[in-house]
Amino acid sequence: MDVASFCRQSRVLIVAGKGGVGKTTITASLAKMASSAGLEVLVVELEGKPGVPAAFGHEGSLDYDETVLESLSDDSRVRARRITPDDALVEYLADHGMKRISKRLVSSGALDVVATAIPGIRDILVLGKVKQLERDDSADLILVDAPATGHAMTFLSSARGLLDAARSGPVRSQAADVVELLSDAKRCQVALVTLPEEMPVNEVVETAYKLEDRIGISLGPVIVNGCLAEQPLLETDPAEAAEQAGVELDQPVQEALRAAALFRTHRYQLQAAQWERLESELPLPQLHAPFLFSPRIGPAELERIGFDLAEAVGRLEEYRES
Amino acid sequence: MSDRALTDEREGAPRPKELGDAKAAHRPGEATHRRYQLADLVEDRSVIVCCGSGGVGKTTVAAAFALEAARRGRRACVVTIDPARRLADALGLDTLTNSPKRIDGPWPGELSALMLDPKGTFDDLVRRYSASSEQAEGILSNRMYRNLTGALSGTQEYMAMEKLYELAEEGSYDIVVVDTPPTRNAIDFIDAPRRLTRFLGHRLFQFLLMPTRAYLRAVSVATQALLRTISKVAGAEIVQDAVTFFQAFEGMEEGFRLRADHMRKLLARRTTAFVLVTSPRADTVDEAGWFADKLNESGLAVEGLVVNRMHPSFTSTPEGSRTQPLPQAPEGSALEALVENLRGYVAVNQREEAALAELVVQVAPSPVARVPLLDIDVTDTDGLGLVADHLFSSDSGGARPTSTALA
Repeated sequence: MDVASFCRQSRVLIVAGKGGVGKTTITASLAKMASSAGLEVLVVELEGKPGVPAAFGHEGSLDYDETVLESLSDDSRVRARRITPDDALVEYLADHGMKRISKRLVSSGALDVVATAIPGIRDILVLGKVKQLERDDSADLILVDAPATGHAMTFLSSARGLLDAARSGPVRSQAADVVELLSDAKRCQVALVTLPEEMPVNEVVETAYKLEDRIGISLGPVIVNGCLAEQPLLETDPAEAAEQAGVELDQPVQEALRAAALFRTHRYQLQAAQWERLESELPLPQLHAPFLFSPRIGPAELERIGFDLAEAVGRLEEYRES
Repeated sequence: MSDRALTDEREGAPRPKELGDAKAAHRPGEATHRRYQLADLVEDRSVIVCCGSGGVGKTTVAAAFALEAARRGRRACVVTIDPARRLADALGLDTLTNSPKRIDGPWPGELSALMLDPKGTFDDLVRRYSASSEQAEGILSNRMYRNLTGALSGTQEYMAMEKLYELAEEGSYDIVVVDTPPTRNAIDFIDAPRRLTRFLGHRLFQFLLMPTRAYLRAVSVATQALLRTISKVAGAEIVQDAVTFFQAFEGMEEGFRLRADHMRKLLARRTTAFVLVTSPRADTVDEAGWFADKLNESGLAVEGLVVNRMHPSFTSTPEGSRTQPLPQAPEGSALEALVENLRGYVAVNQREEAALAELVVQVAPSPVARVPLLDIDVTDTDGLGLVADHLFSSDSGGARPTSTALA
């Protein structure tokens, strides 16, 4: 499948997954991939964490105002901003002619009162803002770095819950708009991120079914992060490999090489088994993002993951045609 | 808290003292001959709080601490709040209930586990502090109350604290290990009781209660505008719910406030230890460092650092280093692949160590345990046992992962 058409399947793509699977990295990489394919991308971060800007080599956290993280040309950029419930509430009130009171409402902690009275109001405010961005045509692709699952389920189901609870008023119509957005596959999809390990795979399967059944949201491919590449040469015994290469190796080096190769091969086997299990339990295409031998994600790493993801997207079509 | 946990005063172990509120001044391992180890915490303490960001394996580490305590003959209970039920998985249980469930196994002590039901815990609390069963029922059936646990941030954390306090006081266990919820802001856990008290004492609620007290005219114009705004945005019925809610809670704040103070004291006791759990990834290490700072500011100290899922370096030998540099290998050869693979892992391990260096210094002299990335997934007590072996091996204070992780 062509990367640009892949990225244009829905205007909003919500990236979700449990904590520690690399959601933020994948969000940034998808942004990178999409902008490289000529799209204008807006990344929406819900907690103001510094991960996304850091991946693009920017310091500090995101603000409510947009930051341009990358500019390949005038219409293929990566912009990013933060939208917290407080941000969204202030803007909502300002838009509804209550600007003067909005800041005070937030600073006095009244949002806590309202949020307790109406569960899900925070999420609705944020998703309502995302919907507005989508309606305003503010980018070709809006990537939302969702809260960790558990939170993400609540986050995405809040609109439906509110439709039942709120009997009237602007909150209800906001919720209705959000439900409409979430159930339209052309406007919004969810990309689930996981790792090729037992529990993350269990969790992603469970989440996927819940999202489809309870929220009726369309799922894009599952992104399996941290995948090792296959390396058959590692099955050669170090002693033999040294002999083939005409190199002498002392015992400790041989041992270290052997242990490292075994470890890698073993992890690869575990991972392959999880890919297979995921495929049998969840009928969604998988995109594999590479395991990188580096602890910090910066522009170079982003480039690499974005490239691999683009390649994987390229293979999606072949997979579907065959 | 009872003295049961205080019997083992081994040399070098930090000596827990009852109700040691002067914890800020206390440095673990101070004036001792031997650096204390994580194992000492398991032997001596009566409360261990595992904290750190989400996804680092806190639940697994907490369960491994409790298992180790049971292996050492203590009566241990691990408490977790975990929507993904990971602890249940790791303990091989299908479900956990709000009361501790005993897990049988080949250990001399006892191991119990509890998966917190925040709602049920809160209900118990409301019943305890209500003046009458009518008041309790009034609160429990209020719509706003029913939303409270799910909606007010920090409520889950508060309930975890509440459960911890209850179990620690009740005396059925020698040691309670608590796995903090995966909050966006890890410090919420400590702040939670105070936050609820603040919430209950919110000015706005004071106002909401006013009409019933016939103080209506005293309400400022600004506050009236605030209330109108809420009605306008959220609907008038919301405001009515809130009024009923706070009326129902009237008179109970004091009880909650006292309880919050007790919990704060429990955390400050010398028999309580905070263990910071992190992954070796730079971003989570940064968060862990920030959390250690926050704890310190609160007069609490990190007494152990667990780095979970470190990549092995494969370079450890009895002498501590390899005897020969890695060879140059012909391009495309099997040897090249082998060398590149080892180099990759060594580099990862070194970068992980580098990412950790500052944090290790920051929490010094607290012991640091490195748990290697295992080649199994931890899904049962055997797996937990393996994690515990790595956590509490004889020299966990400075242990480096070795290729034995592969055995």
